[in-house]
Amino acid sequence: MSEKVHIETNINGSQVEFLCEPRQSLLEVLRDVLDMTGTKEGCNDGNCGACTVIVDDRIIDSCLMLAVESQGKKITTIEGVAYTDRLHPLQQAFLENAALQCGICTPGFIVAAKSLLDREPDADEGRIRQWLAGNLCRCTGYDKIVRAVLAAKETMKNE
Amino acid sequence: MNNMEASKFEKLRFVGSRPIRHDGLEKVTGQARYGADISFPQMLYGKILRSPYAHARIKSIDFSRALALEGVQAVVTSSDFPKPWLTDETGIDSKLINIKFSSNNVLAGEKVLYKGHAVAGVAASNAYIAEKALDLIDVSYEILPPILDVMQAIKVNAGIIHEGMFPYPESGLIASEFNSSLISNSTLDMSNHHQGDDSKYSNIAGYYIQEIGDIDKGFMDADVVVEREYNTGSVHQGYIEPHSATAIWNRDGKVTIWCSSQGHFGMRDQTAEVVGIPASDIKVIPMEIGGGFGGKTTVYLEPVVAMLSKKTGRPVKITMTRQEVFEGTGPTLGSYMKVKIGATKDGMITAAQALLAYEAGAFPGSPVNMGAQCIFAPYDIPNGKVEGFDILVNKPKVAAYRAPGAPAAAFAGETVIDELSCKLNIDPLLFRLKNSAKEGTRRISGPVFPRIGFLETVEASRIHPHYLSDFGGPNRGRGVAAGFWFNGSGPSSVIVNANADGTVSLIEGSPDIGGTRVAVAMHVAEVLGIPIADVHPSIGDTDSIGFTSMTGGSSVAFKTGWAAYQAAQDLKAQMIERASDIWDVEAGEVNLKDGKFNHSTNQDLQMDFKELAGMLNATGGPIVGRAAINPGGAGAAISVHIVDVEVDPETGKLTILRYTVVQDVGKAIHPDYVEGQMQGGAVQGIGWALNEEYIFDKEGVIKNPTFLDYRMPTSLDLPMIDTHIVEVNNPGHPYGVRGVGEVPIVPPMAAIANAINSAVGIRMNTLPMSPPVLLEALWANNGAGKVYGD
Amino acid sequence: MDHIGGAALRNFKYFSPTTLGEAIRLMADQGISTKILAGGTDILVQLRSDRFQVDRLIDVKNIPEMNELSYSTTDGLLLGAAVPCYKIYEHNDVREMYSGVVDAAFIIGGIQIQGRATIGGNLCNASPSADAIPSLVVLSAICLIEGPNGRRELAVEEFCTGPGKNALAPGEILVALRFPPTVASSGAHYLRFIPRNEMDIAVAGVGAWVSLDEKTHRVKQARIALSAVGPTPIFAKEASEILSGLDPNEESFELAAQAAQKAASPIDDMRGTVRQRVHLVGVLTKRALRKAVNRAKES
Repeated sequence: MSEKVHIETNINGSQVEFLCEPRQSLLEVLRDVLDMTGTKEGCNDGNCGACTVIVDDRIIDSCLMLAVESQGKKITTIEGVAYTDRLHPLQQAFLENAALQCGICTPGFIVAAKSLLDREPDADEGRIRQWLAGNLCRCTGYDKIVRAVLAAKETMKNE
Repeated sequence: MNNMEASKFEKLRFVGSRPIRHDGLEKVTGQARYGADISFPQMLYGKILRSPYAHARIKSIDFSRALALEGVQAVVTSSDFPKPWLTDETGIDSKLINIKFSSNNVLAGEKVLYKGHAVAGVAASNAYIAEKALDLIDVSYEILPPILDVMQAIKVNAGIIHEGMFPYPESGLIASEFNSSLISNSTLDMSNHHQGDDSKYSNIAGYYIQEIGDIDKGFMDADVVVEREYNTGSVHQGYIEPHSATAIWNRDGKVTIWCSSQGHFGMRDQTAEVVGIPASDIKVIPMEIGGGFGGKTTVYLEPVVAMLSKKTGRPVKITMTRQEVFEGTGPTLGSYMKVKIGATKDGMITAAQALLAYEAGAFPGSPVNMGAQCIFAPYDIPNGKVEGFDILVNKPKVAAYRAPGAPAAAFAGETVIDELSCKLNIDPLLFRLKNSAKEGTRRISGPVFPRIGFLETVEASRIHPHYLSDFGGPNRGRGVAAGFWFNGSGPSSVIVNANADGTVSLIEGSPDIGGTRVAVAMHVAEVLGIPIADVHPSIGDTDSIGFTSMTGGSSVAFKTGWAAYQAAQDLKAQMIERASDIWDVEAGEVNLKDGKFNHSTNQDLQMDFKELAGMLNATGGPIVGRAAINPGGAGAAISVHIVDVEVDPETGKLTILRYTVVQDVGKAIHPDYVEGQMQGGAVQGIGWALNEEYIFDKEGVIKNPTFLDYRMPTSLDLPMIDTHIVEVNNPGHPYGVRGVGEVPIVPPMAAIANAINSAVGIRMNTLPMSPPVLLEALWANNGAGKVYGD
Repeated sequence: MDHIGGAALRNFKYFSPTTLGEAIRLMADQGISTKILAGGTDILVQLRSDRFQVDRLIDVKNIPEMNELSYSTTDGLLLGAAVPCYKIYEHNDVREMYSGVVDAAFIIGGIQIQGRATIGGNLCNASPSADAIPSLVVLSAICLIEGPNGRRELAVEEFCTGPGKNALAPGEILVALRFPPTVASSGAHYLRFIPRNEMDIAVAGVGAWVSLDEKTHRVKQARIALSAVGPTPIFAKEASEILSGLDPNEESFELAAQAAQKAASPIDDMRGTVRQRVHLVGVLTKRALRKAVNRAKES
């Protein structure tokens, strides 16, 4: 039995410490150790994007990163997307455009789309579809998701 | 839209608007709790041991080594479940057979019947230990040859999946007659089935037949006849949330289960049957559900976690891996089908005949009867015959999938319709219009249609800008297809409480998979005239709300919407009564309009909803509205899809250029979520058409149990999906609702196949129409004549 | 006994050395099964699917040499084995000079995968269908390897020895890849065939590189490499050489395509058939050459 490792990291702006086994993924630690269940598990092999989080300004599948690798990193999860006093424009746009049905993929989509619009405020439909291709949605057919991201883009430009 | 009928609902204030859903905020912030998002102190984690073989007899199971592993708390096998079917001395009745089948699907009995079939459950202090314990369970198998498709299953001496249970049906004879009359060199030949002992029993678990008119005369009257043969593969519902269940079995024998499902009452009742306790001893608390599409209507994990909790006295949770979801749940059927339709020169169908042989998987119950009832339903068929076979194979037991049974049948039926219209040189939508079923048309299956919107839907499609546009260019084509689905109903219970601040809390029993909370709440807001945001919907557990049938059959907006309407009417009547008491007038003189109570003549007597709500406790007590109903008249749904495609002739890859869904929805309560159903159903159908399939090896092992190789569409594979809502109000619902969720998955495969024919002149007859399949078809077409076409 | 895994990951020790020397020492310990962790997008899936188990994972992302990404006109491109895909396609010089590598980096997985996955890892994983390897081969990349017995260099086309097998000796680490400076009037392209538009494993893939004679515009030299049509990615030598001195037109592309098809030895599996794959090699070779030539003309 390998001993647990002490990790210090920054999650959604707060310093967080936890103990984990090296074999535990960041996703497992978020959900089972830190009780942050907003990040979802859909496949555990990097093919659905439900567990998307931002690590040091890049989106990754948290099922494919070991928790021990997060030492000293800056992590943003769905729980850290909203502002203190209001929703993020993407969250608002997802609501207004009915861009979710069952909602299980929604956290991953919002985190991924936030990362896109933060770096490419002018992303067009084609770029949005390409950026979000690593996130599977089985309910919506993506139409309203893409429209929500396009709508959020306009809101964010005017902020 | 039919204006005469629509006028009835012109003055609706809230129905037809697009408010933000009540549960949306929790879902965009990650707060919503789905099946796997719950945990308890002292909770144990479970894992399931699954069969490596598609067909084998279990000789013994020894789990002593697993139990000895540090951290392992309990192991369960099917021997822990009661076996009521063995105690019955007079023979097994059909109800007990059903219990045996559902129990044996949860944990295998004498045999394992598919790769991934659950054999044992383990509970341990963490998932790693539980997983390790699976390696220490010694199962001794006698491996049997797997039976993997319809044709193999019906062969004499193929082996019998359920020994001694399904005598060879008389239908075997009917099928061979069908063969000789329909397609001469048919492969579904059962003529030898009486030879030898082994042929006493079969893998044919069910047979259905529907007939109307005189089929032989019908074909004699035809000027053109098209007959085709089809094969489709197994596909999975593909919901993104894996199954998860958590249970606590208390020492008083009461059990609480947390799970995400399409119907927690069903989970309760099925678990009660399998574990052998009264349903009233079980409370199921519904978690948010991450997609179901029919696949979350049966128990898999719930009885196992319950028994593990009973053995350990601790909460136990099991969450499936994605591979387990693919191998141990779902899928929908693979099929073999034949369809023959005849028509006159001027485009009138004279006869239609179909044979549908659907794979049930390891236990009986494919939706072949539903496919049989849907295949020709959009049309007025004077002479028709449809036969359906429910066939056992060593694959996972099929589960419902969005319009179960209809999509495969429509793939066959609608491509033959298309070919007929091409041969007759009649526009395919005009051909459908000429033969359209309408109010009063008798279906092959017997019932006569009430008001349906097929004509209106086809008309709307014919003048849609998409259909009128040019799709030209080499290797480009356009296809259309229609789809039919019954829509379902069922028991539903709703409670509405008037809160002192003027809001109303609404408790329903329908799990919300795609925005039904808001649609149901809108019924209440409409009746009471209060803002939609002031109606607070929630899903009650099985002890908190009356029985409600599952979220399936596109039934929720219909049945639970109606129950909410009726509960709100009940609340309204009681509040009018209370206002009349307070004002000391007759109740008949008090009205509620736009959220205000007023007296019909005395204008001084006015009170808004909030004011009265605040007075209830002091003026006689709180008011609760209730409804518990099982409404009929769900109203069938019809959908027409238009698709433009481009085929890459060098690779066989197909691109969807443009896609439009036209659908009669009766009345769109919340148009956003109606459109969402139309788009989502179409895209699942596109996936089914293009790439989705279970790939089995010859041992029956699924080679692609991952989202990497089970290829569902991504955002990059699709254009926007246009929607056009047609509203032919359903006379059977207070606001005219028809179910909308299922029918949009019915037409896409046929529409795309028809578009492929339009683009490259090839008639596809298998699903999926994946690049290698299409490439082979292109080669065959360019080489030795049109093997797949005319 | 076969069962369905998911969390059966055995415990292991995790090391995150900050020097190459330390990493090599950790790799060299006898009797301890050790693997390198770079992007983790392959190895974590493999560990969970019980393909193999390890005692140690050595995270190499904190080793400076393995994070090198630099370009000079004299030395060419140095690409550390732990550099994730996104850094490659976001690097201006690489984008301009080594578009063939960018083509591959841009289609490996989705954006999430590209945030972690590395070209070095793609090479070491030695999958027959690896998207990066054909580009490395046609761009004549050299593997810089370091181990207990010192440094060595190896041409990329000699690195993969079988499905999942590579030429690294026990204890050796792939540190970086070195690409020669780009020559004038040259261009490369990699493309693959997949059933969807993203997120799939190649059914077949072809990388092509050409350099054109600036006066005659004829092909001076060409290199063609294939993926997913043999036990390892394949350097299609004949197909490459056949183009020398020819006009870069459809006729010569067809010759190269036919030669490339001869070099392919695919199998039937769930992702494609032999017929389909051999056919696709021809189609993709021509498409890769057309684009590589266009790029050469534009360069």
